[in-house]
Amino acid sequence: MSVTYLEAIRAAQERALADDPRVFIYGQDVGVFGGAFKATKNLAAEFPGRVMDSPISEDAIVGMAIGAAVEGARPIVEMQFADFSTCGLNQIVNQAATLYYRTNIPCPIVVRLPSGGTVGGGPFHSQSMEAIYSHYPGLVVMTPATVEDAYSMLLEAVAIDDPVIFCEHKLLYYHLKADKLPDSAMPAGKARIARAGRDATLVTYSAMLHESLQAAEDLVEEGWQIEVIDLRTVKPLDTDTVLASVARTGRLLVVGEAWPWGGVSAEVIARVATEGFGLLDAAPVRLNAKDTPVPYHPDLWAAHRPTATAVAARLRQLLTQ
Amino acid sequence: MITAASDTAIAVESMDNPDIARRAFRTMQLSRAVEDKLASLYRAGMIKGGVFLGKGQEALSTASSIFLRKGDIFGPCIRDQAGRLAFGDTVLDTLRTYFGSAQGPMRGRDGNIHRGRPRDGYYAMISHLGSMVAMVGGALYARRQRGETGVVGVTSIGDGGTSTGAFHEGVNFAAVEKLPLVVVVANNQYAYSTPNNRQFACADLLDRAAGYGIAGHKTDGTDPRACLETLNRAVQAARDGHGPQMVVATLLRLVGHGEHDDAGYVDAGLRKANVGRDCLDVGARQLLEDGLATTGELAAWASEAQAEVEAALDIAQREKGPDPESEDWHALSTERLVDGYFDAEEE
Ligand SMILES: Cc1ncc(C[n+]2csc(CCOP(=O)(O)OP(=O)(O)O)c2C)c(N)n1
Repeated sequence: MSVTYLEAIRAAQERALADDPRVFIYGQDVGVFGGAFKATKNLAAEFPGRVMDSPISEDAIVGMAIGAAVEGARPIVEMQFADFSTCGLNQIVNQAATLYYRTNIPCPIVVRLPSGGTVGGGPFHSQSMEAIYSHYPGLVVMTPATVEDAYSMLLEAVAIDDPVIFCEHKLLYYHLKADKLPDSAMPAGKARIARAGRDATLVTYSAMLHESLQAAEDLVEEGWQIEVIDLRTVKPLDTDTVLASVARTGRLLVVGEAWPWGGVSAEVIARVATEGFGLLDAAPVRLNAKDTPVPYHPDLWAAHRPTATAVAARLRQLLTQ
Repeated sequence: MITAASDTAIAVESMDNPDIARRAFRTMQLSRAVEDKLASLYRAGMIKGGVFLGKGQEALSTASSIFLRKGDIFGPCIRDQAGRLAFGDTVLDTLRTYFGSAQGPMRGRDGNIHRGRPRDGYYAMISHLGSMVAMVGGALYARRQRGETGVVGVTSIGDGGTSTGAFHEGVNFAAVEKLPLVVVVANNQYAYSTPNNRQFACADLLDRAAGYGIAGHKTDGTDPRACLETLNRAVQAARDGHGPQMVVATLLRLVGHGEHDDAGYVDAGLRKANVGRDCLDVGARQLLEDGLATTGELAAWASEAQAEVEAALDIAQREKGPDPESEDWHALSTERLVDGYFDAEEE
């Protein structure tokens, strides 16, 4: 028996619904249809009246979740694609994110964002939006890269009293598998050393973890040992784990699928440059998608996003500096 | 290239012109032929990403743009292959965009239904439903400011898309500005899997027109003759300065949301009902009844459409995709303001 990343997301929602009567799910086609990606398959039948189809109204979807949360519910809302969350942006960043600060009333909602690029996805079905949401104070932003994290972090997201933006990567949905669902988990906000190494620290998250691990593997033959850190949660960002690793390796590459300007990779580098300047043997570098919309053609897309090959090339430069 | 809209634009917008019905039907046939081809290419794994077809909506879609002239604006939506062709898009550009050909209007940067040629008044939709309404409205606003009269803009949307904030804002603003905008709502009963009773609670989407203070027109989307008559009236009213016009057509999407979807959620009763009729069957019958075409002609047109699709496919399949090496990886037109830092960072 194995379980996919997508099944883990479904299973976490099933368990959240079973364990806590305050939980409900709202979003387009999430009901009987089970969602565009089937992340809520059969849940409407299992939990009558608690998994409901919404109109195509992202602003209302998020806004209603916030109101329900104030009244004690713990809503999970699904955006059909992360890209469409911009239509609910106002409610997320101005209503949900400010509520606790303004009124002392917490806002326990989870906004699930099917994120990231896939072949042929094009400009509007491929975006990685963690940086935008991280920029706004008042939100927790999760970016699980493994089946285990997809499960345990989504459960934790529901339990957290604050709004959580849950960035789940579509590329991992069907292909990433684990033997079973986890019984225990690291808490959100803690990064994980996905692979130990001594020559350079590679910080990444979400689907880029897998490109990065592949690149690290490819460099073994060349005699390099790369330490790969999976951030898991990009806000809060576990600076301590990153700094401790850089202290061991003296070199830093940050890899992200999002656009380069002012994102998660920039934030990690800013922190390491400020707090760990003396630890560095070379200037810290990053690798991101190109600064254009995500292109449709598979060849353009492959060049637009970081791949294992591109990560390995960047690592080689860094290691010989 | 936009050819039809300029070269063969209808001179006479009168429904008395029998040529309109014939031309509309041929467009519907051509659209069906391209879409059948796209479906089989998808099944053969030859198209990356999704394929979203308008089967069953050809009559309404064709009628939406067939009364437009050169200089008018068309902002189509998901199910508008037919209307795109009627406005001057080509089978070749359709296939090119699905294949991501560098020769296509989107140069491999965007794909499938996300195509257009804005300089020809043919706007390229983004995915975010409802977003085109205000944009087409803005285009009409600018034309009016420039002193152009008699321009019309048509944009279309599904029942589901009417639930977006963008749709409401767009239509309301157009109404306030009394813009010559025709909004065609294809009420095909479902938005992906979501039936209308989970989408809106008004008895009829047409009721919304009154709320916005604009004219409303109802039509049977499975009936080509009715669609042509209704759209002719709506476009003419917009052209004559009567402000935004909302057309609501009832019909059924005869395919899945995309080709990945078997549409198992569609009520079997609806498929058998009037709303589930295939507008191509209805159109063929109407042409024969009205003596506007013979069975021989209909068959000849169908095979011509087929041949056109095959010829275009032959070209599109041989064209190259964009080359990532020589691709211009910048998203600004103002070269001096491009943040070249990222180019250097990659060296
Ligand atoms: C703002 C926004 N939210 C979600 C989607 C995802 N989506 C694409 S098509 C679709 C259903 C559209 O239904 P409808 O407007 O009725 O048009 P139809 O597909 O029936 O032609 C959805 C939910 C989107 N494109 N835009």
